[in-house]
Amino acid sequence: MINKTVENAAEAVKDIQDGATLMMGGFGLSGIPENCITALLQKGVRDLTIVSNNAGVDDFGIGLFLQKRMVKKMISSYVGENDEFERQLLSGELEVELLPQGTLAERIRAGGAGIPAFFTPAGVGTEVAVGKEVREFNGKLYLMELALEADFALVKAWKGDTAGNLIFKGTARNFNPIMATAGKITIAEVEELVPAGSLDPNQIHTPGIYVQRIFQGNNYEKRIEQRTVTR
Amino acid sequence: MLTKEQIAKRIAQEVEHRQYINLGIGIPTLVANYIPTHLDVVLQSENGLLGIGPFPKESEVDPDLINAGKQTITMLPGSAIFDSAQSFAMIRGGHVHLTILGAMEVSEQGDIANWKVPGKMVKGMGGAMDLVASAKHIIVAMQHCSKDGHSKLLPTCTLPLTGIRCVKKIVTDLAVLEIAPEGGFILKERAPGITVEEIKSKTAGKLIINGEIPEMSFD
Repeated sequence: MINKTVENAAEAVKDIQDGATLMMGGFGLSGIPENCITALLQKGVRDLTIVSNNAGVDDFGIGLFLQKRMVKKMISSYVGENDEFERQLLSGELEVELLPQGTLAERIRAGGAGIPAFFTPAGVGTEVAVGKEVREFNGKLYLMELALEADFALVKAWKGDTAGNLIFKGTARNFNPIMATAGKITIAEVEELVPAGSLDPNQIHTPGIYVQRIFQGNNYEKRIEQRTVTR
Repeated sequence: MLTKEQIAKRIAQEVEHRQYINLGIGIPTLVANYIPTHLDVVLQSENGLLGIGPFPKESEVDPDLINAGKQTITMLPGSAIFDSAQSFAMIRGGHVHLTILGAMEVSEQGDIANWKVPGKMVKGMGGAMDLVASAKHIIVAMQHCSKDGHSKLLPTCTLPLTGIRCVKKIVTDLAVLEIAPEGGFILKERAPGITVEEIKSKTAGKLIINGEIPEMSFD
């Protein structure tokens, strides 16, 4: 087996440079790469293009990058939970490309799977269609969307092994497995890192071939955005 | 005039046995509370879950288990978890039978606008464009008029569109309406105590009235 282990988050992100394109897993604050975010904040890179379904909240997740003006452009589907995001967007400091969530997911999947483009019905007749090829198949209109790739994909899994195989937990899976396939370098942080051979091959969600670096993270906060309970 | 809960209750009557359903945020989420227990249905959450259960007890809250509104939830027996590409594959592939979502405007052609108001902060469309472009049956839950009293049922939408010619049925606080194939809102039911005249006066798009319009029933 090829050993993908790196010491910690700082080592994993050390060659991420200004201007890099990053994919970052997570839906809301669930399943975000908390340790890589902290390491990048400490490293202080700038002009990042970030592909992420959401943009965090003001004081957690990608919101922390925005506070330190590290982001040039966001490619997302929903960014409504973040006031600093709104301020930077209105002042022109931040560029944003909004995409239908399924289009975002499929563009990432296509990027990892060697499919340069595909046709989707989402967004036909809306401003999302502006400038895109529209084609009719079987009497229905579809938009052509292009694959997305990134210099680095930062993903968070529940368990991983030294060979880079990953298992996710609950809805913290979300964009993580597809982003893992679409990074030129994929960095996986896991709650529990085990020796290769310890995970059941039948239960692997992301095969290690997609993962270049893996480390065991620590101090996961796993902040909850909407704590809803039954009394 | 119906409350939000009553709108949800009326929409729940549209749910059929063995359907897979995606519920949007707001009134649509409330529909889950009124689906008759003898119907076997599965709720899909586009962040990657089939089989949404009720909110957890305080001791069961799991940050790794949320719905698309980022609320903590539980899973029912038989649930399945999947990634975001898989989630939208089942949506676009037509495997999700019914989508219920909110709207700011619906046109008499079945166009829907629900994601962006010019001049206001853009939050994004999330999964709404994928859902409306793909689901076999789309029901809109909304107030008949905006807060400032303007009809939300229009000849054509004025706000940026989410999807075109996709809405099949609309349940508002005043009425149940269907989109006619040739365009227009067919009035199917009135809210209790609401007259056809009132609905007519509050519908800016073409309203089609065929015979006696029954009151909604909530039994």
